[in-house]
Amino acid sequence: MKAVDGITYSVEEGETVAIVGESGCGKSVSALSVLRLIPDPPGKIVGGSIRFMGKELLSMSDDEIREIRGNHIGMVFQEPMTSLNPVLTIGRQLTETVEHHIGLEHEKAMDRARELLRLVGISDADRRLEQYPHHLSGGMRQRVMIAMALACEPKLIIADEPTTALDVTIQAQILELMKELTQRLGVALVIITHNLGVVARYANRVNVMYAGKIIERGTAAEIYHNPRHPYTLGLLRSVPRLDQPRGSRLIPIDGQPPDLTQLDGGCAFRPRCTFAVDRCAREIPPLEDVGEGHLTACWEQETVGKFMSKAS
Amino acid sequence: MSALESETADTETGLGDTLLQVKSLKKYFPITEGIFVKKAVANVKAVDGVSFDIRRGETLGLVGESGCGKSTTGRCILQLDPVTEGQIIFDGVDLATVDRNALNKVRERVQVIFQDPFSSLNPRMKVGDIIAEPMHVHGLEPDKGKREARVAELLSVCGLNPRMADRYPHEMSGGQRQRVGIARALSMRPELIVCDEAVSALDVSIQAQVINLLEDLREQFNLTYLFIAHDLSVVRHLCHRVAVMYLGKIVELADSDELFDNPMHPYTQALLSAVPVPDPTVEAGREHRVVKGEVPSPIDPPSGCVFHPRCSLATDSCSVDTPVLRELKPGHWVACSEV
Repeated sequence: MKAVDGITYSVEEGETVAIVGESGCGKSVSALSVLRLIPDPPGKIVGGSIRFMGKELLSMSDDEIREIRGNHIGMVFQEPMTSLNPVLTIGRQLTETVEHHIGLEHEKAMDRARELLRLVGISDADRRLEQYPHHLSGGMRQRVMIAMALACEPKLIIADEPTTALDVTIQAQILELMKELTQRLGVALVIITHNLGVVARYANRVNVMYAGKIIERGTAAEIYHNPRHPYTLGLLRSVPRLDQPRGSRLIPIDGQPPDLTQLDGGCAFRPRCTFAVDRCAREIPPLEDVGEGHLTACWEQETVGKFMSKAS
Repeated sequence: MSALESETADTETGLGDTLLQVKSLKKYFPITEGIFVKKAVANVKAVDGVSFDIRRGETLGLVGESGCGKSTTGRCILQLDPVTEGQIIFDGVDLATVDRNALNKVRERVQVIFQDPFSSLNPRMKVGDIIAEPMHVHGLEPDKGKREARVAELLSVCGLNPRMADRYPHEMSGGQRQRVGIARALSMRPELIVCDEAVSALDVSIQAQVINLLEDLREQFNLTYLFIAHDLSVVRHLCHRVAVMYLGKIVELADSDELFDNPMHPYTQALLSAVPVPDPTVEAGREHRVVKGEVPSPIDPPSGCVFHPRCSLATDSCSVDTPVLRELKPGHWVACSEV
């Protein structure tokens, strides 16, 4: 099964890039691959290149990649309860990272841990350092995860659905915190999410994934106002909006996402697509430039473009 | 858009009499200590004095964050949890006063759709049997052949192929399973359906399909929904009126468009500001007010107004006096002394 099939994207320093898509489209796998966190077997990265600050990650030894993880690239996962160690105190989990990667002594590491908790807005740091993950609320745990990701002043943070498990007011707190910290510290952020609203609020550039491939890429404004792929268009028309009055009808995408083991030699979105033509069954459309850094993988992108300008 | 609005207006005027009344509903869960002799040491005030009514044909949204008591309210209405205090009056009948037989009759008329279609369908039963079981239990369709015909009809009403009756839940996708849950609820020809996070677990493209299905079914069968959800965008889309809950209490209740365009309670305002709109241009022009702190424990809720520790408008009196729901505009109720 090809969970991720030939995707290419880049993140510049200090930039926020979003990867959006629905369950099973490969967005998390693509991010885990960057840190080589896919268990092998069964997973295998069979080809491609992942370059970070000019260095190739795929050819690194296990020791070298461990140096990159945590030290230069931080990671924030969806469920902080399962990604924090339940039998270690918050203090130990924070100091472990800095002691290992920067080689700080324990006292200095504790100072750094206190500083990190303050940075992510946790007051009463001394008491919190003594506590275990189950003492904390979901939002608080996610703040600790962010503190850990920031511990070694990384250049890049990969956040995989960082707020999906949280309530909306806590989600807003965490996202504002991440935005503020990444801007202030100049950290690049890759945010993986299914929430189109979160992307619109926080991302500079957007990659839309479907069935293991990036099918559209561009600035947030281009993707939302001028989508050229029928799937992106379909997503935008099927999501209910807070600023639209009651009763406006949603236009869902018919059918279901494909079984990734059953893909043929055509466009994977073809069976659900209202723009599909014969060519879509024969050839997989490549991701091609349609101007202003906007790329799309659709044979009928011009028709979609005309449809959009007519609709507006 | 104008055509859609006039269509909405028609259904507004088509709303009927009051179908469900909830009066000062309270639901406390005791916290016990001791192994052999259990002693209640405190109460979790999950629902603390909630009142609202739903008219026939209406969709009432009940929104709030985890632990605000919205699902417990739904479970009390369904008689799945005994009520601590207050009344639930369905079609003129106080459910606390009726006997078991009469209650079973009411249960036929009030159905539920749960969030997780995985855990609410028995994995060892075929889809057809899952949908037929309530009819069998309540003796609605004693004839097996007629029951199978009804199952086929319900499946196609819910947008599924009637042949799917022979499948097991694990052979279906999340969206299809949720349609089975809806077909099962419809099998009793209910009047009121409690939708508890009914579309929350679904992906965007599938969620839109199920939302449209719920809308169509409401019109086709003149259903009434109590729509419990945390996703405010979905609630605005589906509901005629919306009640916002915080820590076991209703803090604001109004017509859907009125509530979303003109929120008055500071908590509602914070909640709406926190929800991102899928449009970068709109987002760039919006004010993002982040409410500080977290929801306090319902075991020991704050004195006075339960929202006052997180509220930007709070004054000294807010920690003393409990605000009551006041009608500040026709149909717009707010529990805040500072607006």
